[in-house]
Amino acid sequence: MKLINYFKNIFLGLWHLMQGMYITLLNMCRPKVTEQYPENRGTYEYGERFRALLTMPHDEENHHKCIACGMCMNSCPNGTIQVIAKTETDPVTGKPKRVLDKHLYNLGSCIFCGLCVAACPTGAIRFTNHFEHAVFTKERLLLQLNRPGSSQAAKPAPAPKPAPAAAAATTERAETKTA
Amino acid sequence: MKQNLANRFDWLTPEQLTEEDGGRLAVTVPADRLQEVAAYLKECGYDFLVDMVGMDYGDRLGVIDYVARGEQTADVIALKTSVTDREHPVIPTVMNVWQIGQLYEREVHDYFGIRFAGNEDMRRLFLRESWKGYPLRKDYDASPEVNPVPTENEPLEDMDTIRSVELDADGNEHVTSRSLYTDDDYVINFGPQHPAMHGVLHLRVSLEGEIVRSVDPHFGYIHRGIEKLCEGYTYPQIPHLTDRLDYLSGTMNRHAYCLCCEKALQMDVPQRAVVVRTIFDELTRIASHLIGWGSMCMDMGAVTAFMYGLRDREKVMDIFEETAGGRLMANYNVIGGVANDIHPNFRKRVKEFIPYMRKMLREHHLLYTGNPIATGRMKGVGYLSREQVIALGVTGPSGRASGWANDLRKAAPYAAYDRVEFEQLLRTGGETFDRYILRLEEIEQSLRIIEQLIDNIPEGPYAEKVKGIIKLPEGDFFQRVENARGQFGVHITSTGGKTPYRVKFRSPSMVLVNALKAVAPGHKVADLIMLGGSFDYVIPCIDR
Amino acid sequence: MWSFTQLTHWIDTSLRSCMSADWALFVEFVLVGVAVLAAYALIALFLIYAERKICGFFQCRLGPNRVGKWGIFQSVADMIKILLKELVHINHSDKVLFRAASFFVIIGSVCTFGALPFAKGLQAIDFNVGVFYLMAVSSLGVVGILLAGWSSNSKYTMIGAMRSGAQLISYEISAGLSLMTIVVYCGSMQLSEIVAQQADGWFVFRSVPAVIAFVIYLIAGHAETNRGPFDMPEAESELTAGYHTEYSGIQFGFFYLAEYLNMFIIAAIATTMFLGGWQPLHIPGWDGFNHVMDYIPSIVWFFGKTFVCIFLALWVRWSFPRLRIDQLLGLEWKVLMPISLVNLMLMSIVVIW
Repeated sequence: MKLINYFKNIFLGLWHLMQGMYITLLNMCRPKVTEQYPENRGTYEYGERFRALLTMPHDEENHHKCIACGMCMNSCPNGTIQVIAKTETDPVTGKPKRVLDKHLYNLGSCIFCGLCVAACPTGAIRFTNHFEHAVFTKERLLLQLNRPGSSQAAKPAPAPKPAPAAAAATTERAETKTA
Repeated sequence: MKQNLANRFDWLTPEQLTEEDGGRLAVTVPADRLQEVAAYLKECGYDFLVDMVGMDYGDRLGVIDYVARGEQTADVIALKTSVTDREHPVIPTVMNVWQIGQLYEREVHDYFGIRFAGNEDMRRLFLRESWKGYPLRKDYDASPEVNPVPTENEPLEDMDTIRSVELDADGNEHVTSRSLYTDDDYVINFGPQHPAMHGVLHLRVSLEGEIVRSVDPHFGYIHRGIEKLCEGYTYPQIPHLTDRLDYLSGTMNRHAYCLCCEKALQMDVPQRAVVVRTIFDELTRIASHLIGWGSMCMDMGAVTAFMYGLRDREKVMDIFEETAGGRLMANYNVIGGVANDIHPNFRKRVKEFIPYMRKMLREHHLLYTGNPIATGRMKGVGYLSREQVIALGVTGPSGRASGWANDLRKAAPYAAYDRVEFEQLLRTGGETFDRYILRLEEIEQSLRIIEQLIDNIPEGPYAEKVKGIIKLPEGDFFQRVENARGQFGVHITSTGGKTPYRVKFRSPSMVLVNALKAVAPGHKVADLIMLGGSFDYVIPCIDR
Repeated sequence: MWSFTQLTHWIDTSLRSCMSADWALFVEFVLVGVAVLAAYALIALFLIYAERKICGFFQCRLGPNRVGKWGIFQSVADMIKILLKELVHINHSDKVLFRAASFFVIIGSVCTFGALPFAKGLQAIDFNVGVFYLMAVSSLGVVGILLAGWSSNSKYTMIGAMRSGAQLISYEISAGLSLMTIVVYCGSMQLSEIVAQQADGWFVFRSVPAVIAFVIYLIAGHAETNRGPFDMPEAESELTAGYHTEYSGIQFGFFYLAEYLNMFIIAAIATTMFLGGWQPLHIPGWDGFNHVMDYIPSIVWFFGKTFVCIFLALWVRWSFPRLRIDQLLGLEWKVLMPISLVNLMLMSIVVIW
């Protein structure tokens, strides 16, 4: 009996081993899952919401929607964003107005949490899929999001912004502006 | 229980027996009475020390012990104590009541400088012995002049010398120190850089030939001070860090934090968000268990299995990427709901994923579960009894493999878990094989949950509107969820401001490493590695 | 079937025609040495490439595909890299033994490699105790591995070396016993004789004990090459790299080369002893078929069979987890060795009848 068990165990073991080998052989014949990265740059599909780089979209006339409120700067957990504002006289009304001078973004310390986009009252900034961030010097990770010579769009788009992640209502945001 | 305590300890005033945070009993006791109350709680069945939170109240230093019953882990009591002496704070240990207290007390000691009389091992847990100051105290001086970046390795004597404090009858301290190893010990360092350490864990292992004599884990190599950082963040800013604790179950950790804040704010989350959160939790659990399975196989030498695990996990990551915008750091849950609505493709992709995963699960079983080499190595190795598991606080799949029903999804249902059918899988073996197989079987249960919910995502808003500045009401809040490794807990102490006063995360992984320490002696080196894989700890969760 | 003896005779006569017999012999020695070393290096490079590619396929990956088309020059690039790397000197190590160890390993495997019959008439030296010689020199590697582990002055390498000592010596028993089964069957230890006897049918098809011996030899041989599931001495996840943890540069390269070549050697010995060496597949009675088979050159037959064995080894390696040291020794002493002993006895009975 012991002897029978001895051989039974050996053959049962071999059978299970062969099942395992069958699985690896099966996978050998399957199509491979490797993404051929630099070659498939044009064809690979990213999730459209994939957060890779913070940008400030500009229209054809080099206008952006930023009103330099600094909400993104305040909501950022680790000081990635710096909004530098300047005061300009409004040509129409003649009143001094706070406008964006520089929107500085340090890609090197960004953790892509998306709080800035969620906080933006005008939808002026959003994340894009551009993920190829490798540069040779740290300085090149310091980006300025507003283009040179750009200005705020004449009529800021009304409240509902296209970017997702709207957890807070615009009206309630107004009170946080003081923060 | 409140009545029982009041009857038993007549010195307890009503102010010391309060209810907080939605009915949780909080018992405040003086330090010298701590041990008797703890022993009584243990007698009443509170044998599971969930977590220990060190506190700096400003004028005093204290600890909050969260204890639960092993039978019914939903029922939690907070046991609070504090001392006024900030120079030499000494609190009696609870490790003789709850074994895992030993580790928690080391952590509190490290952060707050409280010494626990009677604890056999009062080394610092994360920081070097030579570190000046206690970082989570409110008066801590964080300037780099006090603690310059060290250029030398930590001396081995510091690592191996154990100091313990005893109080005599008059309340005087007696410090004793002994070395962990003798000259005869063949001590070998596994880690901090080692292929099988799942991160940067450092095990000092004393060997006798191939046989492990003792294991001494060292943490803190990637410590980021998240709990300290949280004290400077506003409530909406904190959750981006919770994803970075246990990065394999980031969504669930974040869920715990959001639930804790929502509970404190008494906020109702839209049903759509609740269901989506549940689906995301289960997808994360699948992804995490696949990695856990794969890395355990890799620890045993089967690299191919690891690749298969990663391949299948990639599908989950793609789903995350599409809806949440992040792969590993999904950043999806926010206070009040989820960050954005599900992607139009979400349902379709999840429905494609379920049959795919079922098929792959069968293959994984064929490849590995039946393999006589694998079963031969896993069976009969690394036994943990149910009592041990509760005493060591080993939750999650590792605890359930020893027959301890600790699944919070069943015991204290949160999110949508009360309306889905699934089994809390239990095994009684308590061996490595049970821990291994339980993970694979839990994937199947997770698929079941997703299957029931995916077609029933209610319409409606995906997030409750919250104010830009969230202020939690004053008090202590504690919320646990079942993450892929066990019970993940979030403790928040709020003083009503826009930043929390203290945040503490209960790390299931830290307990698991401690369980490894308890179970490894007597096994072979190869088993030590495999046991580490079977507990499936994630180091960033320990080095918070 | 074309024989390599024509080529070697032509070289021999043309050398003798232009120099004295002693010099001709010397030149031939040098030529043979160069040829063996070149083949050794080339096969190693090819095997490294093949393993990485096949392993990739098993794991649903593509494997190396950047250097050259399909990455075929990957191992050449690796070789250049490894030659350029610094040789790190370890403090408090036994310098002489530390350096000698890698040579022991590589010499053991080159010596075995040199005695293999690659094709009809293509064998550097044909001992009359060929099998005995193969067993003897291939065990030289154990000494190298033990020395490497001991002299590195590291705890990881030490454990790795002790494991490999226990493992290699144990498994050599059943490997030797299963080769002995064939020696009993054909009555000769000379490799050319063993191959010649398989002209009408490979040994593995001719008797049951030979089949058992073949399976045992594959398992034991696989264990002797220190490759998974028997890679206890290296055990990446346990001992980082086992006995060669502290080696770098070309010293590490020697271990690496020897590991792959040992895999080839085990497969080649299995081919020679069980699968008819360079003999084509002949089925008695099917003359037409046999005739067609004869047209395939003998060297193709040899390498073809060898690579089938190697593929089997890779397949096993990338499918199974590693054994524990006590299971490993248990498998040898409780399963393989008793079976091979009984098998040897069975074979003797078969031969007597």
